[in-house]
Amino acid sequence: MALIFELTIQGAQMMLVLLLAPLLVGFVRKVKARLLRRQGPPLIQPYRDLLRLMRKEVVLADNASWLFRVTPYLIFAATWVAAALVPTFATGLKFSWTADLIAIVALLGSARFFLALAGMDVGTSFGGIGASREVMIASLAEPAMLLIVFSLALVAGATQLSTVAAFMASPDVGLRVSLGMSLIALVIVAIAENARIPVDNPATHLELTMVHEAMILEYSGRHLAMIEFAAFLKLLLYVSLISCVFIPWGLVTAAAGPQSLALGVVTYVGKLAVCGILLAVFETAIAKMRVFRAPDFLGAALMLALLGTLLLFVSRSL
Amino acid sequence: MPALIDIIEAGRPVEHHTPWRRAVVTPRIWNLAVEQLAEGRWSLLGLWGEPETVHMALLDAARGIGVISLKSPGGRYPSVGRRHPPALRLERAAADLFGLLPQGLPDTRRWLDHSHWGVSHPLATRPQPPVAASSYRFLAAEGDSLHQIPVGPVHAGIIEPGHFRFTASGETVVRLEERLGYVHKGIEGLMAGSPIDRAARLAGRTSGDSTVAYSLAFARAVEAALGVEVPPRALWLRALMAELERVANHLGDIGAICNDAAFAIMHAHCGVLRERVLRASDAAFGHRLMRDCIVPGGVASDLREEGEHAVRSVIVEIRQRFPHLVELYDNTASLQDRTVATGRLGVELARQYAAGGYVGRASGRDFDARRTPGYAPYDELAFEVPALQEGDVNARVWIRIREVEQSLSLVEQILDRLPDGPIRVDVTQPDGPREGLALVEGFRGDILAWLRIGEGGLVERCHLRDPSWFQWPLLEAAIEGNIVADFPLCNKSFNCSYSGHDL
Repeated sequence: MALIFELTIQGAQMMLVLLLAPLLVGFVRKVKARLLRRQGPPLIQPYRDLLRLMRKEVVLADNASWLFRVTPYLIFAATWVAAALVPTFATGLKFSWTADLIAIVALLGSARFFLALAGMDVGTSFGGIGASREVMIASLAEPAMLLIVFSLALVAGATQLSTVAAFMASPDVGLRVSLGMSLIALVIVAIAENARIPVDNPATHLELTMVHEAMILEYSGRHLAMIEFAAFLKLLLYVSLISCVFIPWGLVTAAAGPQSLALGVVTYVGKLAVCGILLAVFETAIAKMRVFRAPDFLGAALMLALLGTLLLFVSRSL
Repeated sequence: MPALIDIIEAGRPVEHHTPWRRAVVTPRIWNLAVEQLAEGRWSLLGLWGEPETVHMALLDAARGIGVISLKSPGGRYPSVGRRHPPALRLERAAADLFGLLPQGLPDTRRWLDHSHWGVSHPLATRPQPPVAASSYRFLAAEGDSLHQIPVGPVHAGIIEPGHFRFTASGETVVRLEERLGYVHKGIEGLMAGSPIDRAARLAGRTSGDSTVAYSLAFARAVEAALGVEVPPRALWLRALMAELERVANHLGDIGAICNDAAFAIMHAHCGVLRERVLRASDAAFGHRLMRDCIVPGGVASDLREEGEHAVRSVIVEIRQRFPHLVELYDNTASLQDRTVATGRLGVELARQYAAGGYVGRASGRDFDARRTPGYAPYDELAFEVPALQEGDVNARVWIRIREVEQSLSLVEQILDRLPDGPIRVDVTQPDGPREGLALVEGFRGDILAWLRIGEGGLVERCHLRDPSWFQWPLLEAAIEGNIVADFPLCNKSFNCSYSGHDL
């Protein structure tokens, strides 16, 4: 009985991320539109877009290989698993022992690897440009992410997210400089990884400036729906990750009763909304940077994460 | 150093060409004029063809204007582009349309003709059957690790069609070559044999965003040719429309440039202001873009009473809100980082190509047709022509900002001093061929209109030269050495017309 309950909770979390991901994107778009004094599309527009794309016919290039056709499902699966691993409203779920930060980084890294390959598969110049820019960004974002993981692991004594979250919520954590640095670094990495302004512009129609969009220009129909859905999930993943590690309050344990579980979900949605608003405000206030400025931006994240890790070696209290 | 007037007097002057003179010259004098262009003393205002004849409008060092024509039996004439590159595309276009054969033209690829017309040289005396379509050879760039990026003519956004062929080394642009002509509508062919009112409507549809400027250029050319005296109120109303169009387009451009740097808030706010101007224009003249409001002989409708109020209140609103936007533009470091020093156009190139509008003025060429040669009522109005030397995207934005301010002041001056009286006179029928030339300042720069009205008051031949003819080639120069991802920003800061160029 207990096993069934635990599995249900775990399943609920997996479905929850699937359901909430498009809503978060729709919410960010709505807030951005309001900030620009526009009405903006309805909140459920991303769901409609996905449905529309699912119904549409897939147009494939003649020279597209099996890789091009398989990649969307691969990316979707990897991102979904990664997003479902991050504790959203509860810790200590059935599969939480797999929720390892390094595993999440690896899952996202593999998704990116295949996307970059698919971008080059058809052989258009935009796919190539997008893939090369994406890999340039990733080559800095991934090490930064790993250093953030090291910092957290040194502080919390584990790379497992449930443990990290539990430790961060406890009074033992105190005020640490390295954690502040990690937070800033994580936010920068999240912006770059999700192709947001100032690194990339998710709303652009200008082929030459695209990064993420350039890689997927050749995709259509359900393939595009899978990739778009994966992108929504990735945004949700990073927001969940930041809130689970740095604002862990309100997280419940899986053993708690249905009432506190419901409260946990509400708190989680609240956290998403706050992060969504912050993201929209940040994106409205800043212009996109030149492609070659992105390494400076990510370099800052890398340096902060590195400094955070080093400080922990210098003094256990920082 | 000869003056243009000497050259024209050395040729056989053509009667009834107003307001400036036209002369048919010998090849020797033609080449002398080309020499002046090549040495940078004169500027090329336009070059267009007719069956067996080629015309060239020139601006000399003393800012005198004139047209020289050369008979070209069998279509052969000494090429201008051979010595003066700005003429290259104009000569290629004239060759496509009229079957002219510029001797020594270094680039003989077809320009407007994409082998889809079903005929070649459609405007020649005897059009030829189409030649087999051959692939367009782009100029080569050789070197290790260079790669080509073809962009367009169909783009990811809803914009006009044009093909851009980049040769890049990594992200750095080594060469950009444009391929235009996708929106060729055959305006010159449609104009030939049209009555004046139909031709005026065609002129107003050459480039949608400059419909007022084109109508004005065409109307002025007709009035010059036929000696029509336009009532003063009509002249002032035309200036009012032209300035409203300028404000609306500049506001749209400033926002769009920022939007290309993903700074959408400027775009949203400028879009609101532009919309207000369009609505005020609608209230004032009955059409948001004021299409067909200017007709030869005057204006189609008078300024409505509620329209004057609407225009005045929109001026007040822009005066209040625009400075905040300018401040936002100037104080956003991330935006300045994108626009400053991006897409630099040298002063020398702007002068050589006689670039008009913000492209020229941002690179030190302060030519403005409202001042030189000048036309009514601008001689009675106070305005400045801003000029900068930097030539980057930022400078082109700032020229637009300054011009918006100048135009707002012009609109106020016009409304305050608008004379009473009739708004239109009838256009008389000529008793023989009459030719007219006009140079009018649109928001992009100077638009040239030349026409000949023949028997029965029909337009025999009309040529409209968009400012973009001399700006498109400069975009190729401005992007060199920049990164590929900065091209949209540079392109938007030039904002050349596809439709006006492709005719």
